[in-house]
Amino acid sequence: MKTLDAVIAESPVFAGLTQEQLEFIAGCAQNVHFEEGQIIAKRGDAADAFYLLRIGEVALDIDVPNKKSVRVDTVEAGQVLGWSWLIPPYQWNYEVTATELVRAVSFDGACIRDKCASDTELGYALLMRFSQVIVGRLQATRLRLIDIYGADTH
Amino acid sequence: MAQTLTETAGSLEAMTPVPYAVTAKRQDTYDTWTLELEPVDGAPIVPGPGQFNMLYAFGVGEVPISNAGNFETDARLVHTIRAVGAVTKALCAAEIGTVIGVRGPFGNTWPIVEAKGKDVVVVAGGIGLPPLRPAIYHVLKNRKDYGRFALLYGARTPTDLVFLDEVKSWQCNYDVDLDITVDVGDTDWKGKVGLVTKLIPPAQFDADDAQAFVVGPEIMMKFVAQELMNRDLPAESIYVSMERTMRCGVGLCGHCQIGPTLVCRDGAVYTWDEVESLMAVKEL
Repeated sequence: MKTLDAVIAESPVFAGLTQEQLEFIAGCAQNVHFEEGQIIAKRGDAADAFYLLRIGEVALDIDVPNKKSVRVDTVEAGQVLGWSWLIPPYQWNYEVTATELVRAVSFDGACIRDKCASDTELGYALLMRFSQVIVGRLQATRLRLIDIYGADTH
Repeated sequence: MAQTLTETAGSLEAMTPVPYAVTAKRQDTYDTWTLELEPVDGAPIVPGPGQFNMLYAFGVGEVPISNAGNFETDARLVHTIRAVGAVTKALCAAEIGTVIGVRGPFGNTWPIVEAKGKDVVVVAGGIGLPPLRPAIYHVLKNRKDYGRFALLYGARTPTDLVFLDEVKSWQCNYDVDLDITVDVGDTDWKGKVGLVTKLIPPAQFDADDAQAFVVGPEIMMKFVAQELMNRDLPAESIYVSMERTMRCGVGLCGHCQIGPTLVCRDGAVYTWDEVESLMAVKEL
């Protein structure tokens, strides 16, 4: 069983951070788990946390009036869930549901955010890393706008 | 070795449709059907994985459709067709017993022999799965001849996934790393949501000793190839199946030309390094 420090240090999203920075982040982290079907966050909730998924999968859903919710993305083990804690207005944009048993590391986003305000080096480092998460989601969203399977094939 | 009529350009055999009867028909999605065909007379043609046939809806026209049969156990021709134009709509409307014309097989095959001993990564998008089905069945039947086998399948929505029962049965094989995603789901969909490219980083294969077979719309294959190369899989180990409007099937008419190559004659299977630069040209 890996320690929390080891899990955080081995995560690509925290790669390259100094030992001191990693220790601070680990101090804001705790292990959590969610049962299948458990709602982790609702749209509009204060985004004071983000998660590094260790096991399981979560779904990001958006409500469509008078229709079923649309599932716009899933986040799997090894990936980071949540970037809204870093960007105002610090609110979740989707309903987040565990689609199976999830074990994750939860980070106190509000705590890290406050630290980033005073420690700009850490703030820059985290912003660079979470920008990659955000850009990845943006690129995937744009590709889906193209509707890549819409073209005739075979 | 699969036969091919591509090398018999201009011959009567290559240009004459052979009557085949529709013996079974299944609707896969709202606009896609799978037809099973048997010759009205004589022995069936023997296509190889990756090859295509020209299917002729009499009085309407002819279209190239990839072979989707399980050649390991079944000699019947199987073709999965999306109804998008006059000919494909006519083919999809064909009832059991309807006779259609078949020419083929044409084109080259997936390099399944060359892939022996290596890891195999199959990436299918939408109805790109059927053209890969013969190669998938070959690997499954000869599983010990290959290394790890990753099968990654993406579609627009859950209802656009074809051959889903079969895919689920493959998922029961412990030696198949099978992963599925859809672009958009609903709360009934229990699988992954996102582009098929998201399945590549966690897929289990050794990039130093693997071959990838990719079929889907060209833009999908482009992003899949990029993601495979991000895993250090060389471009020459990535095989894609190109689609163009083929008419003769034997390299005479030029309808399927992409730059210096004719897809019916030189393809439809290419390595990514052969077509990457061509796919970057807007006019092609």
